[in-house]
Amino acid sequence: MHMEAMDYVYAFIIGGLICVIGQLLISLTRLTPARILVLFVVAGVFLTAMGLYEPLVRLGGAGATTPLTGFGYALGKGAIDGAMEDGIIGAFTGGIKGTAGGVAAAIVFGALNAAIFTPKTKK
Amino acid sequence: MKKERIPSQKEKDYQRRVNEKMPKSKTFLQCVRAFISGGIICCIGQLIHDFAKLVLNFSESNVAAFTAIVLVFLGATLTGIGVYDNIGSWAGAGSVVPITGFANSIVSPAMEFKREGYVLGLGAKMFSIAGPVLVYGISASVLVGLIACLISGKF
Repeated sequence: MHMEAMDYVYAFIIGGLICVIGQLLISLTRLTPARILVLFVVAGVFLTAMGLYEPLVRLGGAGATTPLTGFGYALGKGAIDGAMEDGIIGAFTGGIKGTAGGVAAAIVFGALNAAIFTPKTKK
Repeated sequence: MKKERIPSQKEKDYQRRVNEKMPKSKTFLQCVRAFISGGIICCIGQLIHDFAKLVLNFSESNVAAFTAIVLVFLGATLTGIGVYDNIGSWAGAGSVVPITGFANSIVSPAMEFKREGYVLGLGAKMFSIAGPVLVYGISASVLVGLIACLISGKF
């Protein structure tokens, strides 16, 4: 068991390309970053449901899971796995279960940092 | 007079051509920056992933959770100390699209609106962007889960 250099090459390329798609949407359309985030998460859910995102995760590793499409992947995969195990209850619980760590961290570390720090004056 | 008008016309043409080219090359530059910065953040994610898997020997689902938690911690803390916005002004979408950008979207408004109180300021405004992401993301996941139930016939 050891680190594979190629994992990092693929993570860089796939992660970078997903960010380029985001940049093109910001630069060429009037989509705000907030809408990009929503779009990427929802796109990740549906691409996962269609079986198109899983191969990207196998190839790109964190390059596919770190962008918000990967958050959508974790939501979609959780819901589908949940549905297969527990039916309708699993369909409801699976998505949040699959992303619970990240969401809890975002809430706790988000609130903590906001409580501790004050915004820097903009230049 | 005529001699002056001809170059000014040329200048206008030139200016128009510059204006046509400028946004495109700017977009290209921003894409290069997004590619590099997004790629680096994903490599940091891969490093955390490998650390959890190879050093801490976590299970597959715990590796994914650990990676997300650490990345969110980094994004939130870098936003708190004022570094993430500096990265963002160079990186563009490269800092928005990764999950660190999700953490940034929570801390920024939460810090900004802290002066309106800890409940309706910090507590409510931290979800001004994360809220919609969770609403549509979780709704989509439940929809997909229910469709999986229908297709598999398992209720």
